Amino acid sequence: MPPQPANTGSATTQPATTVLPKSATGISGFDEILLGGLPTGRPSLICGAAGCGKTLFAVTFLVNGATLFGEPGVFMSFEERAEDLAANVASLGCDLDGLVQAGKLAVDHVRVERSEIEETGQYDLEGLFVRLGYAVDSVGAKRIVLDTIESLFSGFSDTAILRAELRRLFAWIKDRGLTAVITGERGDGQLTRHGLEEYISDCVILLDNRVIDQITTRRLRVVKYRGSAHGTNEYPFLIDASGISMLPVTSSGIDRPVSNEVVSTGIAGLDAMLRNGGFYRGSSILLSGVAGTGKTTIASHFIDAACRRGERCMFFAFEESAEEICRNVRSVGLDLRRRVDAGLLRFEAARPSLYGLEMHLARMHRDVLEFRPSVVVIDPISAFRGPIAEVHATLLRMVDFLKSAGVTGMFTSLRISSSLNDGTDQALSSLMDSWIRLMDLEANGERNRVLYLIKSRGSSHSNQVREYRMTDSGIELIDPYVGPDGVLTGTARLSQEARELAAAERRRRDIGQRRRESERRRRALERQINELRATLDAEQDEAHALLLEDEAHDVVLSRDRVAIAERRGGAE
Amino acid sequence: MMQATEPPPEITHRLRLIVAGSTLRSRRAIENLKRVCSQRLAGQSDLEIIDIYQQPQFAREYDVIAAPTLVKLLPLPVRRIVGDLSEEDRLLRALDLAVLPSLGEA
Repeated sequence: MPPQPANTGSATTQPATTVLPKSATGISGFDEILLGGLPTGRPSLICGAAGCGKTLFAVTFLVNGATLFGEPGVFMSFEERAEDLAANVASLGCDLDGLVQAGKLAVDHVRVERSEIEETGQYDLEGLFVRLGYAVDSVGAKRIVLDTIESLFSGFSDTAILRAELRRLFAWIKDRGLTAVITGERGDGQLTRHGLEEYISDCVILLDNRVIDQITTRRLRVVKYRGSAHGTNEYPFLIDASGISMLPVTSSGIDRPVSNEVVSTGIAGLDAMLRNGGFYRGSSILLSGVAGTGKTTIASHFIDAACRRGERCMFFAFEESAEEICRNVRSVGLDLRRRVDAGLLRFEAARPSLYGLEMHLARMHRDVLEFRPSVVVIDPISAFRGPIAEVHATLLRMVDFLKSAGVTGMFTSLRISSSLNDGTDQALSSLMDSWIRLMDLEANGERNRVLYLIKSRGSSHSNQVREYRMTDSGIELIDPYVGPDGVLTGTARLSQEARELAAAERRRRDIGQRRRESERRRRALERQINELRATLDAEQDEAHALLLEDEAHDVVLSRDRVAIAERRGGAE
Repeated sequence: MMQATEPPPEITHRLRLIVAGSTLRSRRAIENLKRVCSQRLAGQSDLEIIDIYQQPQFAREYDVIAAPTLVKLLPLPVRRIVGDLSEEDRLLRALDLAVLPSLGEA
């Protein structure tokens, strides 16, 4: 019973689902472009001009095969001596001698020296076959490298024989099922000097080392890959102390998990401007502003806040050294050096002109994968020089990569002018989830810093322009002065506030005065009313008195009339 | 490297002929070389014929690419003469031997 599931298990782990079997090179990024690796059991051609890294590619393929995939290999060098080769790749971290001693690798240097070779009559290259076969058998090799087999053409004059023998050699490699890498020097108008691509047509990879504006960029292109899909673009790659690294371009899709978690900006006032209290984790933030607006300082706050949460941060500095940044932000009360010592923060400082754009990208990519930060700051992206379209594409890939890795990215950008229509910012804004503009306001003989949020996707945010100050304890957003004269900053804000205060005082005084006045008038009127009322009373009293007098008069009259009548009547 | 114990003092040419199997080409090379040795280097040559099919390690040791290859270890400088050695003039020159105007059977 047990063997059966074991068999099916091993069968499924093999990529034998009718697809072309492939042998991984172990060079991250490269395998992804090749969708798995080089064709197993077939020769592949790696060609390029001198100094492109052909030999290193080949050695890495072998060393990784021996160390990572358990496939011993044979390196047959037609150019470098074994000792030189070992010394050359030792600087890149490959221990060839160790692998040779462990029986995982065989290195054979084939010396082709025209002056030592005399041709008399017919021959073939059976010696080479025997040597190769012997080396392959001695380590049980699955992978072989023929480093610049075209050197044979310099040692032998009969190219007809050579071509026939090369054809036979590649057939032999296929028969033996060896995964082979053949390197070839780039020739005029064709991929290799002697047209090796005619013989090796399964997989052809072209390396290139281009200098544009005095900056070298190594690039790689898969010219053909019979029987397999592959990435078709030119891809940059990097050779440094840790070997070859390439930037995989798998992140071309916009399909990734998103986080609802919010991370603080590290500046209380800025958090308050964002209704969520910060940025979404994994989002991209653009900080743009003219010189001296505190881009690096704000980014440092963001980093400090992340370190306080115990998260790792990575700071790619292109204008200042790590020491300079640490010293400078200490003036606003941030101790980044401590974060570095704690292993939470890593600075990677490099001059933008040190490499080409893609090289920077590849380097950042590698560093991020290595350090695994949750926050990455790139300060500033405007340092990258080159055609706008290329800069844009590079940053797009960087943003894409960071997003797919769930890393929150903060990018600063130096603006030359204060106008909104600044090329790079405009082109980049679509990539960014949040955009903070930092500005200088010059008025009344002073300069004040203000910021505002241009956008913050997925979060309502303040529409206010806020003034901020750099204090000993960090960046501080100041409550805005908003009044009838608009938003004021700096001394203008202070003097306007003083003016306001005076005006208010004046108004208060006026009001008191008015109140007193009205009181006085009320009292006067009341006095008048009282006088009138007294007059009225007096009038009424007089009227009453007259009335009584009249009545009394009436009575007297009637009594008189009666008296008169009586007197008259008495007379009649 | 070479054990210089046995060879008599008159040895001027130390030669190794590397062949790959007993093909027609190999046999022709052996014949050609043996003829030159017997005619021009009688008693002065130390010749060894190695079949790399039998002893593949020698292919690397003598740094052989083509077959057949005649490796001239002595006199210095070391030379590799490839091919079936059918072009006798070139072979003689490569072996630092004078080319005689009318050599052989004529």
